[in-house]
Amino acid sequence: MLELLAQTALNATYAASYIALVAVGLVLIFGVMGVINFAHGELFMLGAYAVVALYADLQLNFMMAVMVGLAFVGCVGLLMERALFRPLRDNPLGGLVASIGFLLILQALVVMGFGVRMEHIPPVTQEVIAFSDRVRFPLSRLYVVVAAVVLLTALWLFLKRTRFGWALRASAQDPEAAALQGISINQTARIAMFIGAGLAGVAGALTAPLVSVNPLMGHSVIVTAFIVIIVGGIGSLEGAVVAAVAYAFVHTIVTTFYDGVIADIVGLSLMLLVLIVKPHGLFGTAERA
Amino acid sequence: MPRASAWTLGWLALAVALVLLPQALSFSQQEILVFLTINVLLVSSYRLLTLTGEWSLGHAVIMGVGAYASALVTKWTGLFVPLSMLVGALTAAAVAWVLSFPLFRMKGFYFLIGSFAAGEIIRLLWKRFQDPFGGAKGLKRIEPMPNLDLGFHHFDFFLPTNYYYFALVAVGICLWLMWRVERSPMGLAFHAVHWQDKLAQASGINVRGYRMLAFVLASGFAGLSGALLAHYIGTINPGSFGVEQMVFILTWAIVGGTSTFYGPILGVVVLTILNEIVLRGMGFEQARPLIYGFILILSVLFLPKGLESLVQGAMARWRVAAPRPAPVEREKQA
Repeated sequence: MLELLAQTALNATYAASYIALVAVGLVLIFGVMGVINFAHGELFMLGAYAVVALYADLQLNFMMAVMVGLAFVGCVGLLMERALFRPLRDNPLGGLVASIGFLLILQALVVMGFGVRMEHIPPVTQEVIAFSDRVRFPLSRLYVVVAAVVLLTALWLFLKRTRFGWALRASAQDPEAAALQGISINQTARIAMFIGAGLAGVAGALTAPLVSVNPLMGHSVIVTAFIVIIVGGIGSLEGAVVAAVAYAFVHTIVTTFYDGVIADIVGLSLMLLVLIVKPHGLFGTAERA
Repeated sequence: MPRASAWTLGWLALAVALVLLPQALSFSQQEILVFLTINVLLVSSYRLLTLTGEWSLGHAVIMGVGAYASALVTKWTGLFVPLSMLVGALTAAAVAWVLSFPLFRMKGFYFLIGSFAAGEIIRLLWKRFQDPFGGAKGLKRIEPMPNLDLGFHHFDFFLPTNYYYFALVAVGICLWLMWRVERSPMGLAFHAVHWQDKLAQASGINVRGYRMLAFVLASGFAGLSGALLAHYIGTINPGSFGVEQMVFILTWAIVGGTSTFYGPILGVVVLTILNEIVLRGMGFEQARPLIYGFILILSVLFLPKGLESLVQGAMARWRVAAPRPAPVEREKQA
């Protein structure tokens, strides 16, 4: 029993890592631009396909493929900012609808390029850290955890210690006052979008060898991310991380003892429960827009 | 000609055109006409929901609730199909009523995502429970509409034309009801809740109550559209009411516009014609999600008030270009 719990905790830690990367990106985009990016799951999917193209097909180095995935998806984020969210800045619902349109386009393009079938990606490493006979943690999962911790710490330092970070947080708090202080709203939006999309992309790239990669994989990712950001409070980065960990543990435990679909239902129900008790999420303050 | 009789003539002409329409179409086009009729009801019910200013992402699933309920009721009890469709509609309304307690604690984005999550829970329940929902494969061989002999015409509802007439009557009645609702004091309250919710509240209007009422009513009509669909195609599964269907509803409503009654109907008609004639006719059927995605983005960016704004603009211009002779007549009478 103890071993089972330990194993579940390890699995949950891995799940929490990539969920946190996705959710933090989503929160960052919402905080700075005031729009819910419905295509965020598809950005994750694009990151995974970057690894399919570069690592599985072209046989490049895995780390290299992940880096390119991050940069590429970040640039897709810049495209979204320029083409969709900037013209629709005064229309948050419009931004959300446009991102749904963009989601369809990304899915269709990937179907055209790669087909609808599941992609096979050779494992990066077969090595397993064995704590005991029944408690084992594959090294490839540890990579994801380490990458998430490093990236999120870097983001935190960036936001709290650099001028760009200050500007970003200022425009998240009050865009007009920030603009009056000489902060370029367009530039902070670009930075937030690049980072937010890049985090989704890197999460997709890192987990690509560990999950089933197909053009529709973004759906479950965005559902999970929504649960996490709602529970954490839509505007709160810390809330997103805490909620990601909590959700990952609940989901993994229920999956272990029942099955995955029940775990999804439990997760969604918990989210509704949180909303009933605290309509702005556990860490949320007030609603924006 | 007096205005009132011009309207009557216009409606009569539309009715005759709608009755004759299937004669001009091929068999497969007649089938699409049935779907279009059902979708008109679906998207109009969605507009009823948006009247109070809340946009739901659970509407496709609510439609599915009506479909599942009606299909299961006929399977278990053998109830007369049109009656079971009403049961389906009532079930959808009841489910919406239950959901509205958690959902209407939220507003705006929280409501949007909350409704999406609530819908996903229902869809996962269908997927998970083989009994009674049939799991991921869904329900098959759903009881069809029984044949009907009216003396002058024998209605075999396997034929799309006949089912189209049935759906047309049902949808026509529903549209009339929705129109009446919007014109009633209740409808005015919906608008007040949307545009002036603080003022409405101060005037003693129960804002949350009216939001719930609009949601429940809209869900009932959506449930009926689902039931109409289920008994026509005979097979439904959780995938039929997923994100893709929701995106279609959203696209129709946004491309058409939601500030007028005819806006969403215009949207679904134009997009269906575009889809069937342009895409399928030219062999672009595979690219449908791609093209819908572009249409959604382009209409949000460049036609944010929808196709209805084009109609309104054209009508305004027409009125300016052709001033009515009314003032002259009034002078004569004087």
